[in-house]
Amino acid sequence: MDGLDLTVAAGEVHGFLGPNGAGKTTTIRILLGLLHRDGGQVSVLGADPWRDTVGLHRRLAYVPGEVNLWPNLTGGEVIDLLGSLRGGIDERRRADLLERFALDPTKRCRAYSKGNRQKVALVAAFASDVELYLLDEPTSGLDPLMESVFQDVVRQASQRGRTVLLSSHILSEVEALCTRVTIVRAGRAAETGTFAELRHLTRTTVVAETATSAACLEHVPGVHDLTQDGTHWEFSVDPGELNRVLAELVALDVRSLVSSPPTLEELFLRHYGDDIAGVARGESDLAGVP
Amino acid sequence: MTTLTGTMALTRLAARGDRVRLTLWVLGLSVFVGVTTALWADQLSSSQDLLQEARLAAASPGIRMLGLASGASVGAYAMIRNYVLLTVLAALMSIFTVVRHTRQGEETGRSELLGAGAVGRYAELAAALVVTLVADAALAVALGVSMAVAGQPAGGSFAFGAAVGAVGVVFSCVAAVTAQLSSSTRGASGSAAGVLGAAFLIAGTSNMSGDVDPTGVRVESTWPAWLSPIGWGQQMRPFAGDNWQVLLLCIPTALICVALAALLTSRRDFGLGMVPQRQGHARAPRTLRTGFGLAWRLQRGALAGWCLAMLGFGLIMGGMVEQVQSVTGSGRDWYERVGGSTQILDAYRASMLQMAAMAAGVYVVQVLLRMASEEANGYLEPVLATATSRTRWAIGHALNAAIGAAILLAAFSTGAAVAGGAVLGGTAHQLRTLLGAAITHARNPRPTPEPAAARSRPRPRASPTSTRVKETPSDPDLVRLRRTGHARRGTDRARGQR
Repeated sequence: MDGLDLTVAAGEVHGFLGPNGAGKTTTIRILLGLLHRDGGQVSVLGADPWRDTVGLHRRLAYVPGEVNLWPNLTGGEVIDLLGSLRGGIDERRRADLLERFALDPTKRCRAYSKGNRQKVALVAAFASDVELYLLDEPTSGLDPLMESVFQDVVRQASQRGRTVLLSSHILSEVEALCTRVTIVRAGRAAETGTFAELRHLTRTTVVAETATSAACLEHVPGVHDLTQDGTHWEFSVDPGELNRVLAELVALDVRSLVSSPPTLEELFLRHYGDDIAGVARGESDLAGVP
Repeated sequence: MTTLTGTMALTRLAARGDRVRLTLWVLGLSVFVGVTTALWADQLSSSQDLLQEARLAAASPGIRMLGLASGASVGAYAMIRNYVLLTVLAALMSIFTVVRHTRQGEETGRSELLGAGAVGRYAELAAALVVTLVADAALAVALGVSMAVAGQPAGGSFAFGAAVGAVGVVFSCVAAVTAQLSSSTRGASGSAAGVLGAAFLIAGTSNMSGDVDPTGVRVESTWPAWLSPIGWGQQMRPFAGDNWQVLLLCIPTALICVALAALLTSRRDFGLGMVPQRQGHARAPRTLRTGFGLAWRLQRGALAGWCLAMLGFGLIMGGMVEQVQSVTGSGRDWYERVGGSTQILDAYRASMLQMAAMAAGVYVVQVLLRMASEEANGYLEPVLATATSRTRWAIGHALNAAIGAAILLAAFSTGAAVAGGAVLGGTAHQLRTLLGAAITHARNPRPTPEPAAARSRPRPRASPTSTRVKETPSDPDLVRLRRTGHARRGTDRARGQR
């Protein structure tokens, strides 16, 4: 980690985005007090996670991205065990979550598929009513149906005023759940803000059909990547320049116009775009490391 | 024979994966046999000594449980001392190898990948058996060479090797069956090991209840010995007759097992066993909901096994008190020195308790090493993310180890008191004496568990992006190497799921 700033406000669902190897899991482990930071400040719910580990852990629940469970215990036993070790479990919520996630608690963990082991960890976490949920890629292996159950569960926790830090690289999930996101890259926070704020920082894509050639737009400041397909012209516009570019467009006799704000995916790709080769290299280096 | 398509390729794959492991097994056992035999040949150089040792071994029920006396020669003495140990190890080698290439493959998902290729239904089982049987044959030959090099007659040496190898072959085939019956690696190895335990007990009790012939150096076992593969090797009488035809019994046994395994393979679904997986409890009992409860639950199976072994050890040692009273010479000196008493029975009990305490110490180390494998397998992380500190977690494991060691010593004392009481009377008094002495040992079990505790002290898990964690990642591997089958399979499984 290198100069990561991450602030999660109480009661928000905060997305924590980044490619593999960017440092998401390391960050969460530092927040849990499992790893020691060698610089900077960490404060979780007002406590130092390295020193006040136990007291802090009564107030939070964690779902790891890679759930390893004792093969000879059943899912139900693991849920009770982890819940009790945390300091208590809400029986009604436990039963409700088991039903919603359609999880059979009598099966031994060795017999669970990856998705089912993930469900065990999710039920164990959300069956406790804690102030903070740290979720590290919690939906890997879940089917779309269970993914939507997960989103409901997170929304309900959020409505109860709980705080959630959701680390993920599934952008649709983050887009659906999170009020603010932090994008991390190579151990550094590349961007933080609400979607609206982030979109302001990024170019809007415009597709316009015009009566006269729009080739002249190429020289307009703020216009990039101009391409032509018959009478259709596609280009992107720098934030803040849209109004001026539109004025230029009107002069070209616009017949149709589509303007789309950047999706999170484009945002994400743009952030890593310069470094896609480097990221790919980094990933292959990490292949095989658990 | 499309059902065997791909057997050659799978055999090469299995052999490639096991070449170091199996070579070490074979070499290790052969060197052990060669060295111990040469040692006894040196110690028992006079025929007087040999005769005395053979008479003692034939007369003592405790020793008869562990080895069958056939005559007054170094080779026959080595049969008494080494044979049962070697057959158990050869059988375990075979069981682990067969299960590794059958049930474990299915459990980790490797077999699924292989089975999707042009591979016949029986190919995997056949490949596992070929590799294991070749290893058993190599072991038989290597043991024969090793004994011959140690100066024993060639005929007896190779009969000895074959008697051990044949037990390996039979248990390879037994494991081929249990791998079809059970749906987990642990279950498959465990039930094959259970058959091995039964074979050991049948052979041992048949020898124990047998008669000493007029020469005083040869025991004629009772008939149940012929039901046990371990018994067959003993009835072959290497170095005292070399009845090779006894080993022919292994052939129909192995063939029946293989046929049964093949039949079961074609009757069951992939990934499942013939014995259905039992449903577990939907709720954790109160006792499981603490750090100590978890440690106890993880270890209770091992503790039960150890308890049985210690109880049996106590019964055997307790049953020998009568013979010990008449021990003279260097044997008596040894008991008096180790036991620290000139009262031979007290000295004997004290020295036996020391051995039991040593065994309990091994258990303590094994239990504490579990902490390292819990961390390496990733089971520790969710626990530490709860309100459980590393210290509390470690205390749970340490407490569990201490209580387990105390239970083991109590089991040993009970066994020794019951068997000793049956011989000498006064069971209750003996139990009080032994338990009192055991409490002294329980405070100081050995070998000392400190190195294990130091090794598995809490340390941050090395994560790929962490620049802070500089401890050598080879540490958990070192620990893993020292553990047999289970830990290794555990990590393989964990990797397979990633």
